[in-house]
Amino acid sequence: MAKMTLEELKKLRESKKRELEKREITGKDIEIIVGMATCGIAAGAKQTLSAFLNELEAQNLSNVLVRQTGCMGYCYAEPTVEIRMPGMPDIIYGKVDPETAVKIVRKHILGKVLINDHILDKPAADIMKK
Amino acid sequence: MAFKSYVLVCGGTACQSSKSDEIYKNFITELEAAGIKEDVQVVKTGCFGFCEKGPIVKVLPDESFYVEVNPTDAKEIVAEHLVKGRQVKRLLYQGEETKKHAKVEDIAFYQKQFRIVLRNCGVINPEDINEYIARDGYAALEKVLFEMTPDQVINELKISGLRGRGGAGFPTWLKWNFTKQVNDSPKYIVCNADEGDPGAYMDRSTIEGDPHSILEAMIIAGKTIGSNKGYIYIRAEYPLAIHRLDIAIKQAKELGLLGKDILGSGFDFDIELRLGAGAFVCGEETALLASIEGERGMPKPRPPFPAVKGLWQKPTVINNVETWANIPVIILRGGAWFANIGTEKSKGTKVFALTGKIRNSGLVEVPMGTTLREIIYDIGGGIINGKKFKAVQTGGPSGGVITAEYLDTPIDYENLQKLGSIMGSGGMIVMDEDDCMVDIAKFYLGFTVDESCGKCAPCRVGGRQLLNYLDKISKGKATRDDITKMRQIGNAMKRASLCGLGQTAPNPVLSTLTYFEKEYLAHIDDRTCPAGKCKDLITYSILPEKCIGCGLCARRCPVNCITGEKRQPHVIDRSACIKCGECYSVCKFGAVVRK
Repeated sequence: MAKMTLEELKKLRESKKRELEKREITGKDIEIIVGMATCGIAAGAKQTLSAFLNELEAQNLSNVLVRQTGCMGYCYAEPTVEIRMPGMPDIIYGKVDPETAVKIVRKHILGKVLINDHILDKPAADIMKK
Repeated sequence: MAFKSYVLVCGGTACQSSKSDEIYKNFITELEAAGIKEDVQVVKTGCFGFCEKGPIVKVLPDESFYVEVNPTDAKEIVAEHLVKGRQVKRLLYQGEETKKHAKVEDIAFYQKQFRIVLRNCGVINPEDINEYIARDGYAALEKVLFEMTPDQVINELKISGLRGRGGAGFPTWLKWNFTKQVNDSPKYIVCNADEGDPGAYMDRSTIEGDPHSILEAMIIAGKTIGSNKGYIYIRAEYPLAIHRLDIAIKQAKELGLLGKDILGSGFDFDIELRLGAGAFVCGEETALLASIEGERGMPKPRPPFPAVKGLWQKPTVINNVETWANIPVIILRGGAWFANIGTEKSKGTKVFALTGKIRNSGLVEVPMGTTLREIIYDIGGGIINGKKFKAVQTGGPSGGVITAEYLDTPIDYENLQKLGSIMGSGGMIVMDEDDCMVDIAKFYLGFTVDESCGKCAPCRVGGRQLLNYLDKISKGKATRDDITKMRQIGNAMKRASLCGLGQTAPNPVLSTLTYFEKEYLAHIDDRTCPAGKCKDLITYSILPEKCIGCGLCARRCPVNCITGEKRQPHVIDRSACIKCGECYSVCKFGAVVRK
């Protein structure tokens, strides 16, 4: 790389900052959890996961954590995705293809509106938490 | 393509010696084999600090903290965690306190820490300048080059209250200001990375984990005091730190952050590495400067101070690694932010290398004013094997011991000095009831006597004499008179030695004499060593009524001096015994006694 000017350094920092922020966990209050068990992957969860990551990048959302988990038990409705965010109920969506993933980011996360035709359940109580 | 997961593998020296390099390589091959190379980024970071449990692998975004990972475990982590999303439970850190698989923020080791100096250690890849830049790296330099005047920079340091972290605690702004005001050129910037205390590795880890923070700070100092040349003096025994500094300097030069006309500001600055051969005295600033000049590393009387006549008789700012690592943060966040942390006279944080008889040995950074108890018990997890705490040595061979009754003292420069120890560069060695204080004093003094450069008599002769007395005591041949003489010699060395090495060398002896005089007297009056360490004062024997004749001690004895028939009491031949204590530690029936 060639020598930089002040402007170039600032630009480089901004772009690298966004890359590194994805590794960060603190300050992220929205969670997208994608079921990535065999059933989910067979139903296309990998594409769904990529769709989430790409859409978050396109929307420049840095406070969202995308995690993977195992089977949620709804193998008939894979890929399943759980969304947790402040101000909205915790929701599990079913049959989330890449298109629906984009919809979830735009409507649920940004617009705070539920996507009714994909709502499957709310998460079971976590017995590990007290 | 965005990454779905991140694997951070510790690349500090401690973890590398436990094959973290191989772990890193195995992750890359396994990810490739699993076909998810594109989805997972593997990053080799600096030290996580939790060296006791190394090698450490952290997987994000799930925040799984894997400890004591073997190279062969990479396959399982990839297959289970990264492909199927199931954590490998057997490798997760289990908190002693809850017995639950802990996330990083739940681990007690990290809870009381506050990381300024180590802000990037274990977070970024130290061999990639882009990751440093992404964490606001070189943003402080921008500010100094384009927005602040040199006086403003010095004023910010003054507000921050930052004091030298090498040990003496001299206000950093004053040092810079002296050098700035001297009307002479050229001026030099020097980084003291000649860390040599036994058991201390704060500076090494800082450089290994975040080399650019040092470079950025040195450039800032150059601009502030009007210097265009910096030297980093680092010992050749730190190959990984040197390697990462080399890479960092190269990358900074490529991006125009070092060299001519930095960022188009018209300011030039260059940094060169100078490798030391590992003499402890070269950590003393005047000896260090002599060594850079190619002279023998020997201290010179001060004044003149390096600020006025330093490297090649020119004004020089010399600071320690940890001091430098604080500078960019102070410039970015402001001196007032920094001054909010710590105690009235000691601001900010301090990094300690916690070693010895402690459960969680490792690298910790805590705000000034944290108590020794918090560091040793809350962060360090207490003493190994449930033994009793006896003392902690701060400041390495230049410091002294602090006993249990002072555990609640808030740590700062003044408090440690009042207790007869020093802050030092940050080594903290914990001792338990099995440690003999005469033996400890002998160990530290032996080190400084070996490392004394021999230039001044108080250190050269005094140190040797003190060591002879200690030797006499540990052999049970001393008298009470000798203690008086030791105190005299020690105090004379403190007053008359030329440099810090000689002035502080008697500290371990004087402080153990103050706090553990009874133990010295036991060696002298009763010819016994209460801790059972001094070999000339102890004997091992077998109680016939307790010995069942299992023969374990006889099999373990390295010199075969234990004999006896099966199921009959055994005996130790004292003339052949080397007093290694093996029989004592293996006997399950308490039949072997030490006196």
